Amino acid sequence: MTELTVRKTEAAFTRPDVDLTTQLGSVTFPNPVFTASGCAAAGQELDQFFDVSQLGGIVTKSIMLAPRSGRATPRMAETPSGMLNSIGLQGPGIDAFLDKDLAWLAQRGARAVVSIAGGSVEDYAKLAAKLRGAKGLAMIEVNISCPNVEDRGQVFACDPGASAAVVQAVKRSAPTGVPVFAKLSPDVTDITEIAKACVDAGADGLSLINTLLGLVIDTDTMRPALGGITGGLSGPAIRPVAVRAVWQVRQALPDIPILGMGGIRTGLDALEFVLAGANAVSVGTTVFGDPRAPIRVLDELAVALAERGFSSVAEAVGLAHRPPEIRLPEGPDPVGDTLGDPAHDDEEQL
Amino acid sequence: MPVQVQGEVLSIRRVGAYFAMTVVAPGMAELTRPGHFVAVQVGGPESSMLLRRAFAIYDVKERGVYGGTVEFIFSVHGKGTAWLARRRPQDKLDLVGPLGKPFRLPAERVTATLVGGGYGSAPLLPLASLLRERGCRVDFVLGAGDQHRLFGQLDAKRIATSIEVTTDDGSSGRRGRVSDVLPELLDRTQSDVVYACGPMAMLRAVTEICSSRGIPCQVAVEESMACGIGVCMTCVLPVIGDDGKTRMLRSCVEGPVFLGDRVRWSDVGTIPEDVVGSITAQAGH
Ligand SMILES: Cc1cc2nc3c(=O)[nH]c(=O)nc-3n(C[C@H](O)[C@H](O)[C@H](O)COP(=O)(O)OP(=O)(O)OC[C@H]3O[C@@H](n4cnc5c(N)ncnc54)[C@H](O)[C@@H]3O)c2cc1C
Ligand SMILES: Cc1cc2nc3c(=O)[nH]c(=O)nc-3n(C[C@H](O)[C@H](O)[C@H](O)COP(=O)(O)O)c2cc1C
Ligand code: FES
Repeated sequence: MTELTVRKTEAAFTRPDVDLTTQLGSVTFPNPVFTASGCAAAGQELDQFFDVSQLGGIVTKSIMLAPRSGRATPRMAETPSGMLNSIGLQGPGIDAFLDKDLAWLAQRGARAVVSIAGGSVEDYAKLAAKLRGAKGLAMIEVNISCPNVEDRGQVFACDPGASAAVVQAVKRSAPTGVPVFAKLSPDVTDITEIAKACVDAGADGLSLINTLLGLVIDTDTMRPALGGITGGLSGPAIRPVAVRAVWQVRQALPDIPILGMGGIRTGLDALEFVLAGANAVSVGTTVFGDPRAPIRVLDELAVALAERGFSSVAEAVGLAHRPPEIRLPEGPDPVGDTLGDPAHDDEEQL
Repeated sequence: MPVQVQGEVLSIRRVGAYFAMTVVAPGMAELTRPGHFVAVQVGGPESSMLLRRAFAIYDVKERGVYGGTVEFIFSVHGKGTAWLARRRPQDKLDLVGPLGKPFRLPAERVTATLVGGGYGSAPLLPLASLLRERGCRVDFVLGAGDQHRLFGQLDAKRIATSIEVTTDDGSSGRRGRVSDVLPELLDRTQSDVVYACGPMAMLRAVTEICSSRGIPCQVAVEESMACGIGVCMTCVLPVIGDDGKTRMLRSCVEGPVFLGDRVRWSDVGTIPEDVVGSITAQAGH
């Protein structure tokens, strides 16, 4: 992918010549920057700010079988470098979603990663079946950070058995050739245990991470700030937790595709995830403050890769895990230097 | 369609308890209608405050010596607005706007009453000018906690046929609330429509007064917003649709202006049981 994605109104920016394609399961995406579920709706609103078909993919808000009104307001509280949200999966239900939202994404030429959420294994299976033959569908992300109504509200993602059961059910009824990613919660003792259970159950890849459970108390009302009492923490505040999760899972499962996320604000943040082992990244909360963030992060990531001498994003995936004896070239200014890429000479840089 | 603009502060001045900030924001003025709002990034690019702050647009100028400008009126509430109050001319400010659905204008020459609470009068002043241009009669009711929190009294006097002022402490106009003077004013002026912007409790009271008289009213609500552009679902409130069903609508894109009698005021902050997709309604699944 070397074409420009600058908007008419922007000063000309030529994205450096880096191969940004990334392989997630059986699908090759043109670049590794995606939106995050619940932070981009189904792409239409963001399309007012940039062409959403220029992203690797649009991860849509988790959709359930029936329409859902979500939780009581207030639904958000800003926190230092982050926010707490308690939306409660408000959405139109899968049928309206397919008719309107997915249809729009398909017509727009965007690659849709449809996130599904349910209250039982059967819900997930039904949702996956509904996606058979859906136009524009590139991938399925299974949001397993949901309470299992059949197990006293125990969250699927906190139990390897329940996680595996959901993944297996989705794989059985999902359309063939569409990768299924399980999205994991960081609120577990050992995330690699859940990751392995999902992969053993047939997951084609993993999305890491969902929000962390948090609570804010309003000192004026002296009550919890959110209508739902607890909420999910997101934004740069959680980035080190997310990078750690990607690192651990990459170490435990060297070959599994990973979609990394949690507090990505810049191209360098995205690069951190890639170096920790992510094959692609999602930009979530940052969009609320900067609607153009995903495309900006993509441009910045391309520059950051080129500056470090990479000719493709794939070369950088998991590089932070390399043994200590491999060192960066000596010199006063490692940035802008070449890193084992004879195709680049100094004149070509920047 | 909103635009994202890297603007520049042209001026910031104190107006009573508020600040009036004018920002050079090319391309935004021509798209703006009364009732639209703007979302402002606060704290600079490295800020730990990730979310934009929403402000009703007060005045716009399509062209000036400096290019198009947008003005909004704000009170210092917390960290973000305190930061804004410290901006000075030529400081950079990232704006997204105009956002939301503006006030709908009547097709005919009607008599309109505009009710503003605190800084809520800001979007009503350009609306009043527009209504006057269309040959409508405009009457104002402005209310606030005290005289320093009244905004736009002079402008309103200039534009409107009549103006009534109330303050909670009686420091200006009549002691009391806008809802104390509104019924009599509506009866006297034979108002056809009402427009209101201000605190939620005031909007509810205004709606009740209008409903009991069969007068349509449009209200601009203020709900906590994370994105302002319709992608996050934080800013919802229960609103009755044309089909009689209640849905949790996003006030940033489906509002902030709603028909007052469509908002289920007593259920704001809750999920009513009969709302489309309520958890209770799904209990059978
Ligand atoms: C459509 C709309 C129009 C508005 N117009 C005006 C205006 O013209 N003048 C004015 O002074 N204020 C207006 N407000 C309120 C203004 O957005 C808040 O006062 C401001 O966001 C507070 O930010 P803070 O950092 O000072 O407060 P903090 O309490 O530190 O803010 C924390 C977070 O809560 C949100 N928040 C807090 N209070 C409010 C609130 N009342 N409404 C929405 N979000 C809130 C902030 O956006 C931020 O994300 C409007 C709000 C909305 C939704
Ligand atoms: C308002 C909001 C809504 C979200 N909704 C969903 C959702 O529906 N499904 C899901 O899997 N994750 C959801 N998430 C989690 C994000 O997709 C993401 O995993 C998390 O926020 C971390 O990334 P970030 O820091 O870049 O936002 C939501 C996050 C936010 C802030
Ligand atoms: S504030 Fe995000 S949807 Fe309205």
